[in-house]
Amino acid sequence: MIRLTRKEMTVLKEGLWSGNPVTFQVLGVCSALAVTVKVETALLMGIGLTFVAASSSLLVSLLRAFIPSRIRIIVQLLVVSVLVITVDQLLRAFFYAVSKQMSVFVGLIITNCIVMGRVEGYAMINPPRRAFLDGLANGLGYAAVLVLIAVVRELAGSGTILGGAVLPRELYEHGYVNNGLMVLAPGAFFLLGLVVWLQRALSGYREK
Amino acid sequence: MADYWGLFFSTVFVNNILFSGFLGMCSFLACSRRMSTALGLGAAVVFVLTVTVPLNWLLKEFLLRKGALAWAGLPETDLSFLVLIVFVSSIAALTQIVEIVIERYSPALHESLGVFLPLIAVNCAILGTSLFMDQRGYTFVQAAVYGAASGTGWGLAIVLMAAIRKKLWYSDVPGPLKGLGISLLITGLMAMAFMAFSGIRL
Repeated sequence: MIRLTRKEMTVLKEGLWSGNPVTFQVLGVCSALAVTVKVETALLMGIGLTFVAASSSLLVSLLRAFIPSRIRIIVQLLVVSVLVITVDQLLRAFFYAVSKQMSVFVGLIITNCIVMGRVEGYAMINPPRRAFLDGLANGLGYAAVLVLIAVVRELAGSGTILGGAVLPRELYEHGYVNNGLMVLAPGAFFLLGLVVWLQRALSGYREK
Repeated sequence: MADYWGLFFSTVFVNNILFSGFLGMCSFLACSRRMSTALGLGAAVVFVLTVTVPLNWLLKEFLLRKGALAWAGLPETDLSFLVLIVFVSSIAALTQIVEIVIERYSPALHESLGVFLPLIAVNCAILGTSLFMDQRGYTFVQAAVYGAASGTGWGLAIVLMAAIRKKLWYSDVPGPLKGLGISLLITGLMAMAFMAFSGIRL
């Protein structure tokens, strides 16, 4: 069992809850909307992003003393791109159908603001171990929001979870209709807005 | 010619990069508080997209595509797995140039865009447009039109949003919903309005 110091616990807690990347820092919203039509894509995206965020934070933090500040963005982008290409190729090799569905959004992990935001804002000024935990926590916090939205969208929009029908057939016979809006773009915006509202109401955060 | 106008308008309105493609949300939400910032950023995005998309098309066509290196005597080489890293580098280099130019000629704009200028490089609308261009197999001219149109669509969206948020100052929004929450709900409504261009099919 790895011992975590108090500071490291705070880092984990911030990424997951009080400083959640999506609802608090307003980062990574694009893909949170785009890949959440199905739970499966949301899960894979969450895992992919957590991997990229954690390892790029670790790498950049290790390299931070050697990166000249004027070209730091490009260096960070390169580190992140290499990792994303790895994820992309792995997905294509083992989950081809899903990678087709996610289309450009795997590539867009590169420009996912969570990765760049944490790398630029945290990993550049903190030691490797804590930077890694920070990336991990933020990735997981993001994945949690993603899966939550995906569950609602898939359930309400197509009546399934992970591709398996969960709503009983009698329901449809009595006139229940899937909410098509949930599958479309506006549904995603509304839902994320509501999730943000809920999370902020619970965690007590208020925007000025 | 008509085809190009068709592509232009369908990209700006029907397939708006933000409302139907979900791209560029971060800076859309963060920089739409003030109209001047929104206008500046919108213009910057239009410019960067108009240049990078055709540029990336050239890179893909003459360097990365399978068989593209035939002129160098390597007809079998397929570098297309490098698409991501090459596109990102060309975008990052270009945005760096734009930043230097704006810093030199318009310090006020530079001041107000602040941290978000270098972040244009990581605005997913920019990379996303290049990737869609690649995926859809556009020709060079189509790529140029698509880039300009996609930037215009994004600029239009953020300017509209800034105008709405200005009005929002006077409304009494519940505390936890303030800012991000209400902005997302409004974006949803705007997305619905934009869907009217293609007709809503549920």
